Parts: sequence; structure tokens; C-alpha cells
Amino acid sequence: MEGSVPAIRMRDITKTFGPTVANDRVKLDIYRGEILALLGENGSGKTTLMNMLSGIYFPDAGQIFVEDKEVSIRSPKDAYDLGIGMIHQHFKLVDVLTAAENIILGMTGKGRLDMKAVDDKIREICSLYGFDVDPKQKIYDMSVSQKQTVEIVKVLYRGAEILILDEPTAVLTPQETDKLFSVLRNMRNDGKAIVIITHKLHEVEEISDRVVVLRRGQNVGDVPTKETNAAEMTNMMVGRSVSLNINRPEPKNQKPRLVVENLTVKDIDGVTKLSDVSFTANSGEILGIAGISGCGQRELLEAIAGLQCVESGSVAYINPETEAKIELIGKDPCAISSMGVALSFVPEDRLGMGLVGNMDLTDNMMLRSYRCGNSPFADRKSPNSLAKRVVCELEVNTPGVSTPVRKLSGGNVQKVLVGREISSAPSVLMTAYAVRGLDINSSYTIYDLINRQKEQGVAVIFVGEDLDVLLELCDRILVLCGGKVSGIVDGRSADKRDVGMMMTKLGGEAGK
Amino acid sequence: MTQALSLLQAALVFGTVILFGALGEILTEKSGNLNLGVPGIMYLGGIAGLAGAFWYESAAASPNALLGLLIALACSVAAATLGGLIYSFLTITLRANQNVTGLTLTIFGSGVANLFGGDMNKMAGGVGQISVATTSGAFRDTLPFLNGVGVLSGLGFMVYFAIILAIIASYFLNRTRKGLNLRAVGENPATADAGGVSVTRYKYLATCVGAAVSGLGGLYYVMDYIKGTWANDGGIANLGWLAVALVIFARWKPLQAIWGSYLFGALFWLYFYIPGLTRSSQELFKMLPYIVTIIVLIVVSMRKKRENQPPASLGLPYFREER
Repeated sequence: MEGSVPAIRMRDITKTFGPTVANDRVKLDIYRGEILALLGENGSGKTTLMNMLSGIYFPDAGQIFVEDKEVSIRSPKDAYDLGIGMIHQHFKLVDVLTAAENIILGMTGKGRLDMKAVDDKIREICSLYGFDVDPKQKIYDMSVSQKQTVEIVKVLYRGAEILILDEPTAVLTPQETDKLFSVLRNMRNDGKAIVIITHKLHEVEEISDRVVVLRRGQNVGDVPTKETNAAEMTNMMVGRSVSLNINRPEPKNQKPRLVVENLTVKDIDGVTKLSDVSFTANSGEILGIAGISGCGQRELLEAIAGLQCVESGSVAYINPETEAKIELIGKDPCAISSMGVALSFVPEDRLGMGLVGNMDLTDNMMLRSYRCGNSPFADRKSPNSLAKRVVCELEVNTPGVSTPVRKLSGGNVQKVLVGREISSAPSVLMTAYAVRGLDINSSYTIYDLINRQKEQGVAVIFVGEDLDVLLELCDRILVLCGGKVSGIVDGRSADKRDVGMMMTKLGGEAGK
Repeated sequence: MTQALSLLQAALVFGTVILFGALGEILTEKSGNLNLGVPGIMYLGGIAGLAGAFWYESAAASPNALLGLLIALACSVAAATLGGLIYSFLTITLRANQNVTGLTLTIFGSGVANLFGGDMNKMAGGVGQISVATTSGAFRDTLPFLNGVGVLSGLGFMVYFAIILAIIASYFLNRTRKGLNLRAVGENPATADAGGVSVTRYKYLATCVGAAVSGLGGLYYVMDYIKGTWANDGGIANLGWLAVALVIFARWKPLQAIWGSYLFGALFWLYFYIPGLTRSSQELFKMLPYIVTIIVLIVVSMRKKRENQPPASLGLPYFREER
């Protein structure tokens, strides 16, 4: 790409949020006909930097040039006018509107809407790049991957020449990811500039032509993908060498700890969420749970934790000391823990169920311990020291333990939550999406923590979304498909494609 | 038969007051602003229109009906818009709590209106002595071609104006680009913002225009129903709260609000036409519009259709750089 004029040049871009410096004099070039991967840990400022291109934030200092002309992007509309379109990690779609209505939202044009012309243009774009969108479908009826497609069509409809995708594969199955990548390649070959923000190194290697690494808000590397490798990229991201292999110790001393039989769960509308699920979780083992999001993972964990009403079936907990079987169904979460049954639960909705956003770290630690002791006053000392320990051990990036949790970045919130759950020394640890949105370094910290629990004889149930991780970390993997068990495979020998098939079809491909 | 006709007519008159209030509030709520200041804004619209007409008719030797009508309308719209502007500034720019701001505005509006209403009564020489006969007459005149057409004779032009406004509002929300943008602002302002819609502008405009429309309800009540006088009996506040309930009843759809408002009007007056009611049992009948609203809420929640739900970000402030 040497010699050609960059579509966008960013020079000395600085952005601060209060005392936090998100971007520090960043220089970045984006070229047409190239896929650029923007790599970096959580809080390294990738999304902030791109938000300044898409008009969500305005830089404190620095210059942005589009096609060699200095521009000031003050709003998303300015960005669209310059041909810049961003697909955010959290989709920006209005649920009750149709795909077509979402796509034309905010555009200028004739006051009266001509939906037929809009629909036609959408179909034209779809056939050009190979998308599949029904313009009349409501967003709330769509799957995650369909919503993402609508987002991409939305920016193309507005004539975007520069597309920015913020962690587009985080929510997709391997098959959907392949489809997305082939569309991205089509667009690159069409002369568009594409920026993809990601933490997944193998995706960087697969799709990108050039990679830029951010660390603590600074650009620390800009290399063609061909000339680098995963280890080098990780070193740049973290600033020191990190081993990339997930440690998987052999399970020791396995004993059944949790026996789930014929579990069936219906939601409040009477829709079956789990149907006839049976499995055993052993001590000293990590049982992975794979599946497309919304396939009953949440309901399964909640049913075991006593948060979900169960239609039929049983969940038996086997006490490690007495080996007595205790039925958990029908007990409330408090009763379950007071019986000596330790279930730690990391809900997938971090700020919704796990932590209280407006409370500080200490208070959030207290949510687990406030019932302890006989004094009418709550003990704030031990949660405070626990908070300090979690901050220190898990390297939580926070101004202090009295900062409201909602002010931390996603990865740091997750560390606080996982740290608190593990601190209660459980004998069954359930985690859902424990590393969602976490960068490599923090993810490995979490994997290490989970492995340590496993070695201590805890039965770990790990609901994950990244198949590569599940296959590297888990001893066994239970695959859910539409609330049913599609199969249980061995983590050491299973093939990623097969598991992907099992996620979309019961039992995988017929005859295979 | 005459009883039924007279109930129908009362329903149309009262329904129109409620319809104006509800239409304004639908526009406002579609932008995500839950303005509980509707009764206060209707008060403001009512008193300002009355004051404008009063001032004009006491200054002019022979008042012109059309001019009086225009002055009343202009004053009413200006005062109500000002109320909407206060609400907008507090909730949008300063991001104050919407419920508190709205309720405060209701108290403020009724206070201001009754203060000036009382003053005008004094200036006119006593309660019920305010005379804006010419202007009020212009509001109450039956449209020429409808004279003597059953129940329609005796209804002023504002009745039809409200229906036309409802149709325009419905067309605007569902068929125009700006209407789509407005709906998006109320559902998901971050998305609308990312799509290039100026959230602040839409919220301000929808709230102020909505307030102006709501204010017309107060004006119609003062000019038509109480014939251009002032009474601080809380009549406007009652209808204002009914307008807020009607928004829910109509499921945020202007066209549904038309028949809903007449139903509310009829239910409001039903006790008057049922023989043998005591003062206390009357009150039971006055609850009917609210009971109907509760029933609608129950039915709507049971049917769980996403389109019948309130705008998703109703009542929430929006700040682009919120993390």
C-alpha cells in the first residue's frame, strides 16, 4: 500500500475521559482495498479511537484527514457524509422498526417515505455483496447474525466507503463468521476500506492485510499481517511476552458432583427453553457448554442456581464430604447456599444480574457477604480488603475500590465479578461468558483462575461462545441446540467444524 | 333519545379537550419524554388564551370575532409552548428527572392560571363576570353548513380541528421521514443519534409542539365549555390527567385516540344521565375512564405485542458520551 493516498489519516489524536487518557497522540492510516485489523487489550482505546471517526466522540486534540482534506467530525451524520460507517459492538437498531426503516433512519431526502424504493435498493445491495435481508422483517424477530447484516447494509446504503466493524464476530458461530469474512473480502475487492476491531488473533491472521496494535491508548505497532505472527502481536499488545497456550491440566480425582436428569424448563410465556437435558458435572473437571446464544444456556445455569422455575427433572448435588445426594430443585438460592451447597454464578448479563453499576467495588463485594455475622451493622472491612485483593490479583484497572462499577470498562467489570465469585471458595463454579469482551491478557488471567479452581477439585461449568477457547480449555463439552442436548464431546479430540454443526443441528450433520 | 343525544354531545365536547391534550402528549412521548405536566400546560394554554381575548375585548371598542379568535389562539399556543420549553430545558438540557419535572409543571401551571384567573375575575368585577363574548362566541359557532344537523349543530370548529390534527399526526408519525426519526428517538436515542438524527432537536421540537397542541385543549375548555369565564374548580386538571390516561389507552396511536377520547368523554359524563345517583355513587362512575384504561393495560400486556408498548426509552434522559 506504500505510495497510495490513505483514505483516512489520523494524526496525534488525543482523547481523555476525566483522569483517564483513552487515546494518546495516536497516528493511524486507513487505505482503500485493504482490511485493517485494530488490535489491543480492553481499555487500550480501540473503540474510542474509532468512535471519533464515526462522530460519537470528538477528539480533544489532533487532526483527521479524509482524502487529504482536514475534516472535523462532530456527529455521526458528518461521518456518514464523509463516507465513514461504523458497525458497533452493541447493535444500534430500533427493535420495533423493520429492517428497511432502520436502514434509512436519519437519512435526508423527500419528506414522504417511499418504502418500496427503499426496499428495492436494499435488495440491490444484498445481491451485490451476497447478503440475505428481508427489508420488511422487524428487528426483534431477527437472530444476532441477521441484525449484524442489517447494520452492515445500513452503512452501505448510505454509501459508506470506509467501514469500521467493532468486534463483529463476538456473537457469531464459526459458519456465520466465515460468511461475514467472505462478504468483507468482497467489499475489500470492491475498493472499500475496512477496519475490524478484534482481540481474536486467528481472525486477524485470517482476514486482515495489515494490523495496528494499540496499547494504553498509544499506537505501538503497524505491520503487514503477513510479516508478523500471533506471538509477536500478543507481545505488542501486552507489552511483554505471554504464553498463548491455554493450560489444560489432566483432571484428577473425578467424582460426580452435580447430576442433572431430564431437566425441562419453560419460560414465563410457556415456551420451552430446555428440554430433557441430562448430564453429570464431575469434580476436578471443566465442563464446557457450547451453543448459539439463547439456546438455553442461561436457563440451564439459572435452573441449577435456583433462579428459574423448573417444569420437570432433577438436579442432584453430591456433597463432597458425606457423598449424600441433595436435590436442588425447589430450593431458593439462599437455601441452596445455607445447606453447604456452594454454587457460584457468573451471570452473562454482567451489570444486570452480577453487579450493581452505581455501587462501588466494596459494596459489590458485600452483596455476597452482607448476611454474615450477627451484628446489626454490616461488616465493611472484609469486603473492602477482598475488593483490594481482587483489584491487585486480577490487575483491575480502576482509580480505587470506591469507584462505581459502571465507570469501569467491560473487561474490568468482568474481573471484579469473577474475582468475587471465586473468592467464596465454591465446590461448583458456574460461569457464563466469563471472558466476553475481555482482551487476551485478562482472558488468560481468567482461564488461570478457572484452572486453579479445577485443580482444587471444583466442578466447573463454563458457558462460552468462542469455540476455540472451549476446545482448548474444557475437558468435556456439552453442545446445546435449541434447548436440547445435541451431544457431549471430549474437549481434547473434538473437531471445531463438527461442534459448529452440532450447535446448529441436533446431533450434528446427519450420518456424520 | 334526547338524553342519549345530549350525552353524545357532551362526550364530543369533553372528548375534544382530552383529545388535544392526548395528541400533544403522544407527540411528546414519541420523543421519549414523559411529560406529566400536561394538566399544567393545558392550564397555561387556557388562561393565556382567555387573558389575550380579555385584554383585546376590553381594549377594542367593537371587537372583531376573527381577530379575537386569532389572538386567543396565538396567546394560548405561545404560553403552552413556553411550558413545553421549560420542561424541555430541564429534562433534555439539564437532564432532570422527567416525572418530577412534569409534576412540578402541573402544579406550576395550575397555580399561575388560577392566580391570573382570580385577578381577571377581580378586574372584571367578580367571579363569572369576565366577558369575552365575541371571542368565545367565535369558538362556539357551529360551522355554517352543519347548522341544524342533529348532534353536530352546536359544536365549534375546534372539534373538527382536533380530528384533523389527529389524522395529520398519524400520517406524520407513520408515513414521513421525520416521523420515523422521531419514533426512533423515543425508542432508542443512541441508535437515532448514530444514524445522524439530532436527538436534542427532535426532543425539544416534539415536546414544544406537543405542549402547544395540549394547550389548545385548555383553550377549548375555557372558550367553549365554560364560555369564556374562569373557574378554579380543577376542571382542566381532571381532563389533563384523563389525557395522560388516554395516551396509554390509545397505545400511542393518534387515530385510536380519536374514538378513545369520545369514549372517555362519554364515561366522564355518564353519571349525569343515570337517574337516582347520590353524590358518593356519582364518584364511582367518574372512575370509569380510569378503569377502562386499566383494563386496556391488562389486555395489552396479555397480548404482548411489541407495537403496543410505550416507546422504549420513555422517561430516560439521553447523554451521548455516557459510559
